[in-house]
Amino acid sequence: MNLPALVLQLLLLLLLAPLVSGVIKNWKAKLQNRRGPRPWQVYFDLAKFLRKDMVISEHTSWVFGFAPYVVFLSALLTGLMVPMVHLPAPLSLFGGVLAVVGLLALGRFFLALGGLDPASAFGGMGSSREMTLSAIAEPALMLAIFTVAITAKSTDLSQMALSTQSATWKLLNPAHVLAFAAMFVVLLAETGRIPVDNPATHLELTMIHEAMLLEYSGRHLAFMEWGASVKQLVLMTLLLNVFFPIGLAGPGAGAAALGISLLAYLAKLLALSAAVVVVETTNAKLRLFRVPDLLSAAFVLATLALLSTFLFH
Amino acid sequence: MNMNDFSATLLTCALGAYVAGIVGALLFQRAEKLANGVGFGLAAAGGVCGIFACASSLATGAATASQSFALFPSLIPYVRFGLRADALGCFFGMVVSLLGVALSIYSLGYVRGYYGHKNAGVLGAFFNLLLLATTLVFLADNAFFFLIAWELMALSAYCLVSFEHEHAETRNAGVLFFIMSHLGTGCLILGFLLLFQASGSYGFEGFHALGDKMPAARRNVVFLLFLIGFGVKAGMVPLHIWLPAAHPVAPSNVSALMSGVLIKTGIYGLARVCFDFLGTPPNWWGVTVLTLGTISAVLGVLYALMEHDLKRLLAYHSIENIGIILMGLGAALMFLHSGHPVLASLALIAGLYHTLNHAVFKALLFLGAGAVLHATHTRNMEDLGGLAKRMRWTTLCFLVGAVAISALPPLNGFVSEWLTYQSLLQGFGTTTSLIRLMFPLSGAMLALTGALAAACFVKAFGVTFLGQPRGDHARQAREVPFPMLLGQGILVAACVFLGLFPTVFLKLFDPLTRQLTGQQLSQQLTMADGLVLSGGPAQGGTVSTPGIALMLLCLLPVPLTLWALFARRAGTRIGPTWDCGQRGLTPQMQYTATGFSKPLRMIFKALFRPRREVQREYDFSPYFTTTLRFESHVEEVFQTRIYRPLRWLVLRASRRLRALQAGSLQAYLIYIFVTLLALLLFAL
Repeated sequence: MNLPALVLQLLLLLLLAPLVSGVIKNWKAKLQNRRGPRPWQVYFDLAKFLRKDMVISEHTSWVFGFAPYVVFLSALLTGLMVPMVHLPAPLSLFGGVLAVVGLLALGRFFLALGGLDPASAFGGMGSSREMTLSAIAEPALMLAIFTVAITAKSTDLSQMALSTQSATWKLLNPAHVLAFAAMFVVLLAETGRIPVDNPATHLELTMIHEAMLLEYSGRHLAFMEWGASVKQLVLMTLLLNVFFPIGLAGPGAGAAALGISLLAYLAKLLALSAAVVVVETTNAKLRLFRVPDLLSAAFVLATLALLSTFLFH
Repeated sequence: MNMNDFSATLLTCALGAYVAGIVGALLFQRAEKLANGVGFGLAAAGGVCGIFACASSLATGAATASQSFALFPSLIPYVRFGLRADALGCFFGMVVSLLGVALSIYSLGYVRGYYGHKNAGVLGAFFNLLLLATTLVFLADNAFFFLIAWELMALSAYCLVSFEHEHAETRNAGVLFFIMSHLGTGCLILGFLLLFQASGSYGFEGFHALGDKMPAARRNVVFLLFLIGFGVKAGMVPLHIWLPAAHPVAPSNVSALMSGVLIKTGIYGLARVCFDFLGTPPNWWGVTVLTLGTISAVLGVLYALMEHDLKRLLAYHSIENIGIILMGLGAALMFLHSGHPVLASLALIAGLYHTLNHAVFKALLFLGAGAVLHATHTRNMEDLGGLAKRMRWTTLCFLVGAVAISALPPLNGFVSEWLTYQSLLQGFGTTTSLIRLMFPLSGAMLALTGALAAACFVKAFGVTFLGQPRGDHARQAREVPFPMLLGQGILVAACVFLGLFPTVFLKLFDPLTRQLTGQQLSQQLTMADGLVLSGGPAQGGTVSTPGIALMLLCLLPVPLTLWALFARRAGTRIGPTWDCGQRGLTPQMQYTATGFSKPLRMIFKALFRPRREVQREYDFSPYFTTTLRFESHVEEVFQTRIYRPLRWLVLRASRRLRALQAGSLQAYLIYIFVTLLALLLFAL
């Protein structure tokens, strides 16, 4: 385990995650002819939340105060298992993709419990929808990842990235393209983006993620929000660096290579954010019971990806 | 006695303690406190002896095949009351003993609830009998003895299920359990008779690898008979219908034993028959078991989501977890067929480790449900809520169980599902035929199962323990007595240890895989001094649950620093939950268990066929309702589409046959005469 790499990746995660959320918000506003908040506004929001007093519901138990820490820490830990700018990831040995998915589920589990604890109808609604949609998204997510894992013969994310990197032509392999598409749909669902959930609204009967956070305030809210943006960054990184590891610095790379790798990573990240912005702006939010259709389409894509590994080998 | 003397003595002590428990509990049944103490105290002592006996013979490697000794001499030909503590038997014996200890301690407190209106002595006696019979099932080395123990187990379980027989629901569940159980036993008897025909003895030793010498068709028939016979006991879909009926109505300590161990006798039987008796399997066996496992897992969790009876919900989860175990066993059979013993061992370890884990966390959850029942006298989640403030320790224990069963890191459910994923993914390379797509697809279904289980336990935990109490019983709930907490605490510790130190426990599987597949994997699965679990020789990936737990703690300074930097002066106020400006929230405004699972009910409506009835009465306009009645039902497809027509057929056939049984003696004499004649003709 490489301690400096771990600390650097931790800092990168903490600092980059809010910025990505901010950039997406800003670009979305621009595309809709609004000025929108500055990209770094999210940092100010988080600092404000941290400084504020907390109001805690009288009905809550210790689970309510425990949940934000689990959400925040599990998201950070998954970030250390995913390769961001160099291979292997700092905590590659501690767990591969199955641990990442498991830890994200751990965070979600406590997030949903936090939603139920204040005895409000909104929180229950959010919890119920979040757990339902994530359950439906799970097979598509796993199958898309399995397609790459089977080719790499490992569930270790760094191994998977290396295997994809070793033969660049594999990027245009139909299996790979289909799995990438499936994973993109799952990304939209898991990060609460528009065809599935609307991150910009509150107090709308269709909200999912925000409904669970409704009773949170002060530093609890800050950790919840920050955790959500770290989770978004982790999933985006997973998509970029495992399915599309171009420019990612390999083991034993020098400073220059690491610099190039960081630049490539940022460029890919911005491109993916742009894609998310375009999808969010050109689509309307789906009715809740239409979302499973979208997710089963992702599952079908992933199954096709798997079938095509079978056909093209 | 050629087995490890120490273990054999301890094992005999364990069985003796159970027998003493039966006698003692019955003897003192007039003095219920004494009966409780003696009955369950001796059961706990027996469990402790059993753990040490089985674990020591597993750890020292003494548990190998053909190490058997006669319990007592037999006067009947073919029957030998012999115990053989081989690795497979010892492993399952360890599971039952472990649960025996925790459940007996818990029962010391739980049975107090029956004082005055039920006979605690009888409960204690049957509990001991069930432990005794289950231990004998795992250790019997003779088909006859096995079947006797098997029946003893089914009958004592029947008596325990019907313990609260004053409720009609309980009686019906008991009878259903009885019928299904005997259907299974019938298949087992046929299967053993076919094996006897091939080997000429009833000893398990003679059955070893017998399948290779049998004609293929007969071997397949034997496999199917055992699959049905053991599948009924395991609660495999579609033979599961007795399980969600019988497990919830039993006393909670018994439910825990039934869900934790009793259904595992089916898994034991399948493992024994498929890996020990029947030789190298054809491919379709593994495919069948894997498919049935996948279906059981998904359907089990989907039906669990529709439940709002806490114990029925847990019972459906047993079906789900049996499915996950069967996925491991099925994959192992497929790998044995394709000649990959190392992978087969990995899949087998995954399945059996999940067996142990499921026993621990399911028993824990049933004990939690029992504690809730003890404190509130209701199993209906829609009347519960807010128990987290009233029953702190029970809440914590149930939460650990819920995290473990949802396969979340770093607890034990995650580890065994991780091993299952690894064996499924590595299985893709074992064959080039299209059948290999089954592996990742069942992996995806396993992912769906895990996520749905998490949803279900958010519901079960959230609705039961969080929020506001929905009824008076929940409002007045008090924490349960200490023995009940201690029983749960033991299982919590087991969940944590099995989750954080899997590499320690993997060593116990070495004699087991040596016996069944000739491999020994614990070295290959262990990395970095046992801190990291590896996916096996083919480099499938690594995971470290102690690492994950440790890193979660190491990252804790990040939010704490932020707190210290920014929020040092921030205060905390207690206020009401936001109520949209209305005056006060009532507990009825919370999300209910039924409401929570509504989206899934709608998404899977092809399966559930939900229907609802709403009746409302109002004075002026529909917006001002005076009374509202709401009913919602889901259909249990297997019940209505398979078992109901089947029952109808059976009843109709019996009505026809009744004509034969006219009650006249002359007619019966003619029947006997004709049968005799026919048999004589047949013999000629």
